Amino acid sequence: MKVLLVDDEEKFVSRLAERLEIRGFEADWTTTSDGALSKAENEEYDIAVLDVKMPRLSGIDLKKGLEKLVPKMKFIFVSGHGSEEDYDIGIREGAFYLTKPFKIETLVERIKEALNL
Amino acid sequence: MHPIKNFTTLFKPRFWHAGTSMGQAQTLFNYRRFFLGSVSIRAFVSIVPMAILLMFTYMLQDTAIENENHLRTVRLTSNTRRTITYFLQERLDALKFIVQQKDVEALMASDELPQVLHNLKMGFGGFVDLGLIDDSGFQISYSGPFSLKGKNYEDQEWFIRCAEEGTYVSDVFLGYRNLPHMIVALRWPMEDSTFYILRATLDIQKLIQILSSLDLAEKSEAFLCSRNGLLQTPSKYYGKMLERMDLPVPEYSIHSQVVEAVDKTGNPILIGYAYIEDSPFILMVVKRSVEIMKGWHSIRQKINWFFGMSVVTTLVVVLCISTLMMNKIYDADQTRLKAIERLETSSRLISVGRLAAGVAHEINNPLAVIGENAGLIKDLFTLRKEYKQDKHLMELVDAVLESVERSGQITKELLGFARHFEPKITPIQLSKTVSDVLSFHRKEASYRNIDIHVDVPEDIPVIYSDHGRLQQILLNLINNAFQAMKNGGELDISVRKEGEKTVSIRVRDTGLGISPEDEKRIFEPFFTTKGPEGGIGLGLSITFGLVRKLKGDISVQSKLGEGTTFVINLPIDTQGEIRNEGPAR
Repeated sequence: MKVLLVDDEEKFVSRLAERLEIRGFEADWTTTSDGALSKAENEEYDIAVLDVKMPRLSGIDLKKGLEKLVPKMKFIFVSGHGSEEDYDIGIREGAFYLTKPFKIETLVERIKEALNL
Repeated sequence: MHPIKNFTTLFKPRFWHAGTSMGQAQTLFNYRRFFLGSVSIRAFVSIVPMAILLMFTYMLQDTAIENENHLRTVRLTSNTRRTITYFLQERLDALKFIVQQKDVEALMASDELPQVLHNLKMGFGGFVDLGLIDDSGFQISYSGPFSLKGKNYEDQEWFIRCAEEGTYVSDVFLGYRNLPHMIVALRWPMEDSTFYILRATLDIQKLIQILSSLDLAEKSEAFLCSRNGLLQTPSKYYGKMLERMDLPVPEYSIHSQVVEAVDKTGNPILIGYAYIEDSPFILMVVKRSVEIMKGWHSIRQKINWFFGMSVVTTLVVVLCISTLMMNKIYDADQTRLKAIERLETSSRLISVGRLAAGVAHEINNPLAVIGENAGLIKDLFTLRKEYKQDKHLMELVDAVLESVERSGQITKELLGFARHFEPKITPIQLSKTVSDVLSFHRKEASYRNIDIHVDVPEDIPVIYSDHGRLQQILLNLINNAFQAMKNGGELDISVRKEGEKTVSIRVRDTGLGISPEDEKRIFEPFFTTKGPEGGIGLGLSITFGLVRKLKGDISVQSKLGEGTTFVINLPIDTQGEIRNEGPAR
């Protein structure tokens, strides 16, 4: 399973990627939305874990861009804000939503649920 | 309430003895000053015009009565003058009649003059004697009680004046007889240019009778005085007979006059006087002002009494009205102040909520970094056998992860406090909701020896509210109650319909209770009585916020050692309440 992790906090996203790899996922990460789009152009990911609030392009907008490139891609949103609005956005966008900090097991569960594994 | 206490509340406003316990209200308004101001102004505008009117009426009435008394005195003086003038004129006319009817020779006869005197006494009265004097002043004939025949009056003033003026009326004098009397004399001219004078002595008792028959008050009187101020008739208060009277001689006037004066003892008096024509007399009618005004003063006393009663009645009414009004204002202000306090609490909660949300967000990101890094360390150590067996190292990493998890839990609680999305309104059966929430606690209650009583009558209507929030509210309150009843107790949950639009949910425990100081702060964020091992003090603030979101209100009543009751009032139709508040909200 190929997972793309996008978050502007490098120390978070890189460690998360490593931990997913330990758990058998193929994880790739980037700290910018542009980086995410260029990675998606070259690689076909099954699922993307996106930070809702990022500089330049928000997670919601990035999702739209990625969907154009890989229509069947699934998404999980993460945010430190944890507000009901963010949760509602997650529901509206047809994606899971997690509030930081979360357990790696929870993320793995959500990924599996999203990909029907 | 005791009847006397009840009565005093009509005049004493509720805030009168409130003192400093009034708190905020006392600092905002000085109700006592308002009350006193209100009473003073009302009393002033009610009583002062009445008093001015009364004074004005008194002044007018005083003047009218004074004028009336002047008029009466003038009339009395004038009438009495006419009587006295008539009395004297009548005597002179009697003498004229004798002169016209008799001749001198006849009168000189020894038995004629006594006969005439007798007729005069019988016909007119007041005559004492009668004498005929020739032009040399020699009394040639006399009839009376004394032997005065042959007496010469040539040098006497009365003789000279009568000879010149034709008639004469004398002052009162004692004379040879040492009795007060007066004389009237008439010149009797002869054809040969000689003359005789017919002279009569008059008793003044007749005059005194005329004066004493006047209808005067006790200390008022009428008397005659001469033009040089000698009393001609007796006076009770103003001097002795034939001595100077204690009053000044009034100025000459052809008409009857009235003057105001003061007697020698300082009492104000009213003097009516008249100069009697063709005589040396002045008629004096003296009235004491006190007596004249006596009737009016008695009426005035009654009016004053009535005025006094009116003032007392007005003051009572003013006090009652002012007390009533000030009580209404005071109550309205108290309600307003409570509303302001509630608003302040609510806005403080919102501010704290926003701050909490901001802080939580800022902390969550670094927490996530710590969590992922510690998690990776643990993952890596778990993969390598040499580290996996190092229990101490694993404990350290687990401690970091646990702290991250706990911190994350706290920030989530903070974020929950700040939630502000629209409620999802659905029909709710309160009996079911209460029973659902209690199902989580039944087992714990049996372990902890807590009896749960639920009282939701069947007629409680279905309410329209946010089910999730209502559940959370009840859960929070029940959790609190359980925490307060460490050694068991009773938990009562009852629901009642309050009016047409509200239901009230009451959650009562028999736990530790809350002190009055803590009760005031119980809904403040981060306020806790549970110590470091308890929560962070957001449970009741969140409950408060949730109840407000559902357009309800929550209050607490508690007694230390006896227990606590939370009362939540919720609208039956929350959606309706939101609609009523309009789109701006």
